[in-house]
Amino acid sequence: MSGLLEIKHLTKRFGDTVILNDINITVNKGEVVVILGPSGCGKSTLLRCINALEDIQGGEILIDGGMIGKGADMSKVGMVFQSYDLFPHLNVLDNITLAPRKVHKRTRADAEEEARELLKRVGLSGKEKSFPRELSGGQKQRAAIVRALIMHPELLLFDEVTAALDPEMVREVLEVILDLARQERTMMIVTHEMQFAKAIADRVIMIDGGSIVEENPPERFFTEPDTQRARQFLETFTYESVRK
Amino acid sequence: MDIQILQEYLPLFGEAALLTIVLGTAGIAISVVIGLICSLVQYYRIPVARQIVRIYIEISRNTPLLIQLFFIYYGLPKVGIKTDPAICGIAGLAFLGGSYMAEAFRSGLDAVDKIHAESAKSLGLTGTQTFFYVILPQAVATSIPPFTANVIFLMKETSVFSAVSLMDLMFTAKDLIGLYYNTTESLFLLVVLYLIILLPISLFGTFLEHKLGNNSVRQSRKTTVKRQVSENARKEVVPDVGN
Repeated sequence: MSGLLEIKHLTKRFGDTVILNDINITVNKGEVVVILGPSGCGKSTLLRCINALEDIQGGEILIDGGMIGKGADMSKVGMVFQSYDLFPHLNVLDNITLAPRKVHKRTRADAEEEARELLKRVGLSGKEKSFPRELSGGQKQRAAIVRALIMHPELLLFDEVTAALDPEMVREVLEVILDLARQERTMMIVTHEMQFAKAIADRVIMIDGGSIVEENPPERFFTEPDTQRARQFLETFTYESVRK
Repeated sequence: MDIQILQEYLPLFGEAALLTIVLGTAGIAISVVIGLICSLVQYYRIPVARQIVRIYIEISRNTPLLIQLFFIYYGLPKVGIKTDPAICGIAGLAFLGGSYMAEAFRSGLDAVDKIHAESAKSLGLTGTQTFFYVILPQAVATSIPPFTANVIFLMKETSVFSAVSLMDLMFTAKDLIGLYYNTTESLFLLVVLYLIILLPISLFGTFLEHKLGNNSVRQSRKTTVKRQVSENARKEVVPDVGN
């Protein structure tokens, strides 16, 4: 069985610097894959490659059988970014309905009806007419998730969506993503929230120095990882007590 | 100051003001078109055209309008291109203004965060749709202050038109002073008429800034909060009349 997403021997370079080296990943329908790794390991670049925002220097990426750059249907992929990327000149509703109206040629009424439904689902009812600058970071990210969802992507990419948020807002955003997992959506998530990763992942992939160092189910990855590198990485999230 | 002389001169100055407005508006309109094209060439990094635009901008910005006018008015006829003074004035203003407008628009385009173009792309919008629905509205909001400044600057630059025998405001004032020595009245009318032309532009620019800046990037969260705070403070100061 072929996956919804198949990455074969992917290589990405910026000039002479190798960012991603011979990456092979298959993601099946309904699967949630969490990508972990230290800063600068190439995990964000990987997501950007899957969303065709970066050109690749080797290998291939297949979305539902179609190769990126050669006929892949990119509307099957949706992405939410780390920074608040809502369009600042449009209110929440217009932000969400712009793409369905212009790309899918849906009527405003039709698109708005679905937008309101989705906004209600993520707890943003009543914020339809607000502008991004009037929202908190967490609200902005939830709106950005709705904006991706309304295009009905089969694969959702989340690139450190809570990294720029205050701690108390992280949860409200992650709850939304957990809810999506319950709906059996296919997702690839880059995050630094280990507890969240443990809770949501079907499979954890750790990348370091542009290569996959470990790939395991979360139960195994977080308790007894195969590699020394993964162990080291997980240790950076725990602290030894200094109390005497 | 002699009121009678003012009354006598006013129609002459009125005519001159009309010429200033007509030539200025035409020159500015063309410079907006040139500026838009040049800024797009630079924003989308179109090869070759981009280098040409760069050279044009440097020549245009680093030579005075007076010299540009002399070149068009006295220089071009030597190679067989003869134009009448009005066309010459408009062309000169457009040549100068084009580069200023290009830089104003480019700063607006550059100020739009790359992430918005990427979000639009990942939502499936085409390049053209992204430009018109996502990039341009944000760029316009940012470009308004430098754009207004350029319009005012170019309108004022029309005062050198007198050098190519166009009977604009400056020409009329100098002419009348030379003929009748009524310096005070002439200069007074000159200043007043320039103000009448320029003040509305300036005020309209501020109005646009507020109007479009309202829903835009320009206004940060901070200013909204600040305004709310000051509004609350004001409410507290106002005595409660109800009780």
